[in-house]
Amino acid sequence: MSEKEHDEFSGTETTGHEWDGIKELNSPLPRWWLWTFYATIIWGIGYMILYPAWPLIESATPGLLGWSSRAELTEEIAAARDEQRELREGIDNNPLAAIRADQDLFQFAVAGGRSAFAVNCIQCHGSGAAGDVGYPNLNDDAWLWGGTLDDIYHSIRHGIRFEDDDQTHYSEMPAFGRDELLDKDQISDVADYVLSLSGLDHDSAAAARGQAVYQQECSICHMEDGSGDRTQGAPALNDAIWLHGGDKDTIVDVVTNSRRGVMPAWGNRLDDATIKKLTIYVHALGGGEQEASNQSPEGGE
Amino acid sequence: MGAAVYFGSIGFVAIASLILASLAHDSLFEAHSWVVFIMAMVAAIAGLRVFDPECKPKPVDGKYMDSVVRAGVIATVFWGIVGFLVGLILALQLAFPDLNFDWQYTNFGRLRPLHTSAVIFAFGGNALIATSFYVVQRTCHTRLAFGNAAWFVFWGYQAFIVLAATGYLLGVTQSREYAEPEWYVDIWLTIVWVTYLVVFLGTLTRRKEPHIYVANWFYLAFIVTVAMLHVVNNLSIPVSFLGSKSYSLFAGVQDALTQWWYAHNAVGFFLTAGFLGMMYYFVPKRAERPVYSYRLSIVHFWALIFLYIWAGPHHLHYTALPDWAQTLGMVFSIMLWMPSWGGMINGLMTLSGAWDKLRTDPVIRMMVVAIAFYGMSTFEGPMMSIKAVNSLSHYTDWTVGHVHSGALGWVGMISFGAVYMLVPKLWKRDELYSLRLVNWHVWLATLGIVLYASAMWVAGIMQGLMWRAYDNLGFLEYSFVESVEAMHPMYVIRAGGGIVYLLGSLIMVYNVWMTIKGRRRDEVPMGFAAPATA
Repeated sequence: MSEKEHDEFSGTETTGHEWDGIKELNSPLPRWWLWTFYATIIWGIGYMILYPAWPLIESATPGLLGWSSRAELTEEIAAARDEQRELREGIDNNPLAAIRADQDLFQFAVAGGRSAFAVNCIQCHGSGAAGDVGYPNLNDDAWLWGGTLDDIYHSIRHGIRFEDDDQTHYSEMPAFGRDELLDKDQISDVADYVLSLSGLDHDSAAAARGQAVYQQECSICHMEDGSGDRTQGAPALNDAIWLHGGDKDTIVDVVTNSRRGVMPAWGNRLDDATIKKLTIYVHALGGGEQEASNQSPEGGE
Repeated sequence: MGAAVYFGSIGFVAIASLILASLAHDSLFEAHSWVVFIMAMVAAIAGLRVFDPECKPKPVDGKYMDSVVRAGVIATVFWGIVGFLVGLILALQLAFPDLNFDWQYTNFGRLRPLHTSAVIFAFGGNALIATSFYVVQRTCHTRLAFGNAAWFVFWGYQAFIVLAATGYLLGVTQSREYAEPEWYVDIWLTIVWVTYLVVFLGTLTRRKEPHIYVANWFYLAFIVTVAMLHVVNNLSIPVSFLGSKSYSLFAGVQDALTQWWYAHNAVGFFLTAGFLGMMYYFVPKRAERPVYSYRLSIVHFWALIFLYIWAGPHHLHYTALPDWAQTLGMVFSIMLWMPSWGGMINGLMTLSGAWDKLRTDPVIRMMVVAIAFYGMSTFEGPMMSIKAVNSLSHYTDWTVGHVHSGALGWVGMISFGAVYMLVPKLWKRDELYSLRLVNWHVWLATLGIVLYASAMWVAGIMQGLMWRAYDNLGFLEYSFVESVEAMHPMYVIRAGGGIVYLLGSLIMVYNVWMTIKGRRRDEVPMGFAAPATA
């Protein structure tokens, strides 16, 4: 290799090697490339001096800034809590009625409740809280277990038919068909009677027969006029709101097999402040009821 | 003698698989034993069809062993289509979940590893094995070492793919991303991979050239490092040697770090170093220009392989991983930017003096687009490894978009370029069936990636912002499911990009098929206007 070979196009010298017709130019490293590479290395060294970097036996070098991701997180959470401190304390220290009455606390509770609802509740009750088949709509004023603040709070905290909580709401409608308490004809008749309670199309002869069965088997919970009983979570049957559906087949199916919806006791998973906020939020959706004590004397019994 | 070894080992495998099937501790292991038995039967039938009882000496197929490369090219194209198709199905499932069909075998969770492994290991792996066997012979001026060992590597690797893919569909997984196959498949791949290393090194040592060409450094770094990554990441203890379940040797954050050390370097050494090896041969060869800078190739090679191996912790920012390890991952990722770009510079600058070919040669165009996407992804990667950026981008579809601009753009298109160059050479045709169809492929692939990547940028940044949005009272503004709902239009656009990309690769299948058949399309050469019709 006494004489260096040069590329005709660029005039750059080649390395003199050749593989399967491929040669290599001996171009120098592009300056901008090299200096940018150096700059990233220098930046890297600087970063490693400032931030935790070198592992030692027990821990790592903390870096001149003394930064740590955990400390940063703790500070950020503390700062966020600090901003909310007054309102948080308001939620913690006031009963539900007082929170509802205070405009600032009410707004705070609704915002927090909406956020918690979006994470924990929409899976069953839907993002608009409109419910679904078997999951109650929370926007209306039909309540299975009561619609006052205290009622809603109790339902959320202790759940519905949630066996791990001794204060959970509990009731069991018998499976009249499956357990052979009523025969098929009786169930069919009683379904027609239930349809008649809310003025839906029904066979009046069957409904007349069903009325006797209803008075004997159903009225103890659903009441004689079908208005339901909240102490037992027995839905009203004389309105247009149906939890599982208001057609005859569905009613026959519910009477035959019974339905016992379950909601977890959120007291095991959420802190009390969050449950309070959820209560205020659900109460404010549209169907919230006044506390019994605020009602006129003839309202209670 | 050769035939005796061949049929003897097939017989052994067949009997062993029957015994394992009868002793298996779980139904999945039994199913896999049967898969092995079926593969042994197929191998036996294929062997009998070419069996020559008189053992006449067979003519050697030329100076180089190209038969295995031909098989590799066909496997590359085949698995590419499989991988892209499954990817498209997944994209559609994300946009329209009903397409899961509520059936375990078509569920997203099982198809997802099928897609990732099909494109990375089946498509990418076959492309790398085939091109490395081709390139190492040409640049060392010698035939592949150890005779039919290269065929063992090829078929052994296909067997690995079949075992991995059937495993995913049946539900066999060790739940390590990009390393889902269970212990027995891992052991098999180790045997195949070490054979690959031996063949490659053997060929290098037999070379008739004084120096080792740069492409071979990259291929060798890829083979050696992948062997190390594969073995360490898959260290595990099987519950039973007759069962399909094992547990990792690592636990907790050590396990996570091992996994991401592996997965990140699968990107670094499989999808970067390996394909850079491909680029270093096929780009100068097609452009008929010398490699731009020998010095740059040395410096960026050593810098790349030294720095890449430390960058894995950037996948675990803001997790239980200690801060010092996160610093390590981030700093090395930033320093990796220029070494990665060294490959882009050498690729693009090699075209100086041949830029006019972009106008007439769509194969060059394909490879230039590939290098451009390589440059973009290797800038985006270090940027996303910066903690402040990562706190927004992590866990979002931005990551998915980043991976695909690298995978579809760089890995896919450089491989397509190599396939278009190899097919006429390997089947001894003057040119491809049609260069104009290659041009269609270039533009469809590019359009597909642009749709894909831009949809995922928008989706990812939107997700990141929605997840961290607070209202003025300090509560989260959105629930997770609201961010999922907001993604829907982006997911539809992404699937559209996938359709366009798949369409381009189907054009490639047709072009390759017709080239192998020896046809030439009657068309106006590239760079000339179509003759005006009277």
